Amino acid sequence: NTVMAARMTDAHRRFLQVLMSNGITEGSEARKLHQHCCETDKVYYAHDKLDDFISTINSHLQPLFMQIRKGVSEDDGRAHYAVVNLAETEVTKMASDYTETELELFRKTMDLIILSENGFASSTDILNLADQLKTKKMKKKEAEQVLKVFVEDKWLSEKNGEYTLHTRCIIEMEQYILSNYQDVARKCNICHSLTIQSQVCESCGIGMHLPCVRKYFRGQTEPRCPKCNEFWSCDTP
Amino acid sequence: QVSELVQFLLVKDQKKIPIKRADMLKNIIREYKDAYSEIVNKAGRTLQEVFGLQLVEIDTKRHIYILINNLPRAEGQYLCRDKEKEKMGLLLVILSFIFMKGNSVKDSALWEFLHLLRVYPGKQHSVFGDVRKLVTEEFVRQKYLETTPIPLTDPPEFKYQWGPRAEKETSKKDVLNFVAKIQGKDPTFWASQYSETRA
Repeated sequence: NTVMAARMTDAHRRFLQVLMSNGITEGSEARKLHQHCCETDKVYYAHDKLDDFISTINSHLQPLFMQIRKGVSEDDGRAHYAVVNLAETEVTKMASDYTETELELFRKTMDLIILSENGFASSTDILNLADQLKTKKMKKKEAEQVLKVFVEDKWLSEKNGEYTLHTRCIIEMEQYILSNYQDVARKCNICHSLTIQSQVCESCGIGMHLPCVRKYFRGQTEPRCPKCNEFWSCDTP
Repeated sequence: QVSELVQFLLVKDQKKIPIKRADMLKNIIREYKDAYSEIVNKAGRTLQEVFGLQLVEIDTKRHIYILINNLPRAEGQYLCRDKEKEKMGLLLVILSFIFMKGNSVKDSALWEFLHLLRVYPGKQHSVFGDVRKLVTEEFVRQKYLETTPIPLTDPPEFKYQWGPRAEKETSKKDVLNFVAKIQGKDPTFWASQYSETRA
């Protein structure tokens, strides 16, 4: 397998450095970056070889238990890339940036989001958690500030006063979520990635990302579940 | 062990916090003290090979390390997040000022200079926030600037020089070229500074 044996060049290193400092990088940005790095370091560039380029980097990251992972945004189905640490447990990545209390609030918010039906937790519900924290009770105003920081740092995203997990968070914590919320967390039946805001089949319980549902049922007048073939009861988004 | 150390260094470096050997021993190397040099060397080689980062010891007495970017410099755009880019811009201006003034300036002179750029120590800046904190604490802690008290001054005054990270991450040549570009002159215009860059 020639890709696995490929050497790292400065272009690969530069790409990796920028990906790491961005936290999360959208697909078209990643493609532009790929081109920029190859041009800057005078390395052979082929516009459709981004996956191979990333595989080379990943083969060198593997012994370090790190990986460049691709995930899909639950809003628009666009691909995003993040550098993930496979050896870390849950929120270790966040551990150096936040206090114990803030981490506890985050974990409890994550519980609310994952256990909810639609993958969202209302700001009211989250703020009510604030004064039940074990480490230190947090005032509502303080909790609001902390939530703002989580959004800025791309762990949560907010829409109309409701919070869900940011694509970055989903990509980086996929392993953790799948193993710690085994009974509740679902993988999308179409693309096999973790899905937080999923539509679920009422008959057999499989889940799908909203953008994946959109794509799969495009043009079909009678949408049917890909697994059990029952009529798909949710409104196609 | 090596991969744990690599990750430890990457995380610390994300904040540009210099890493002490004592921390590495305590957190990562622990029982493997005898293999310390070997583990650190291997980690250094991995950081260079995979990330293009160099592990540099900036204080050989107290054994303090930093990671510097070893990739050839490229045109700014993609390299830093926005907040960082602006801070780096301010830093470059300060480093230039220090270099052009003979490598050392009094704190009063530095603040006078920054006044010209409408950056005031007492006032919150719309981009940089608490500038006094940024310059006297953050840049110093990150080893971009070094500050030493001037003896026999009352009230105490300080002088500012380039810190070890600045020495490694940029060069007098780059800084002189930057100044020359802004002022539309040739670097040789400043004879004494130019000869320093050739040293």
